[in-house]
Amino acid sequence: MSASKICVVVVSGSLERLQMAAMVASVGAVSGHEVVVFLSMNALPYFVKGDTSKAPHEGDMGRLMASKKVPEFKTLFEQAVELGDAKIFPCSMAMDVLGIEQDGLENYLGKATGLTKFLHDAQDGQVWTF
Amino acid sequence: MAEKIIVDGRGSFCPGPLMELIVALKSSQVGDVLEVLSTDKGSANDIPEWLNKVGHEYISTTEAEGVWRITLRKKK
Repeated sequence: MSASKICVVVVSGSLERLQMAAMVASVGAVSGHEVVVFLSMNALPYFVKGDTSKAPHEGDMGRLMASKKVPEFKTLFEQAVELGDAKIFPCSMAMDVLGIEQDGLENYLGKATGLTKFLHDAQDGQVWTF
Repeated sequence: MAEKIIVDGRGSFCPGPLMELIVALKSSQVGDVLEVLSTDKGSANDIPEWLNKVGHEYISTTEAEGVWRITLRKKK
């Protein structure tokens, strides 16, 4: 089984990008890849506990997806962790800006991570940016 | 032979049926035969690829009235 590492950087808050990032992370994680996800900028607020806001779509695909039974991106990220042992790290800078602590984020997220640590984790993997 | 385990992924889109299959595999035994039902053609193409990649036995795919049935055996 291939064990190459996939690093997914998610900074967008748009539905299409969050969805694609979640698909890469979940399918990668259940296919034998080591998956590390870094959530920052506009992506992080969706992972604050209790957040129910809907990600805005960028175009027609997002609108169509919202009307069909496409798995929700947050469900896919959670499945990436539970079924595939993916690690999802919140950006410590984004947490500081939002004023949230670790216990304010979804339980399946890992510890607050700075760029130095993430860049170190990513140096021997593919990097996908959304 | 034990009965097939049916994984009903109809109505969901990629990678929903694959994720439902993985959940079902976790709670089944090596040697069990599972059949995934999907109305999503992309999943019908992608699930056999996934089976080959991770090492489960892909048995067959059939399609009738817009429903794909992917049959496999859990190998590990």
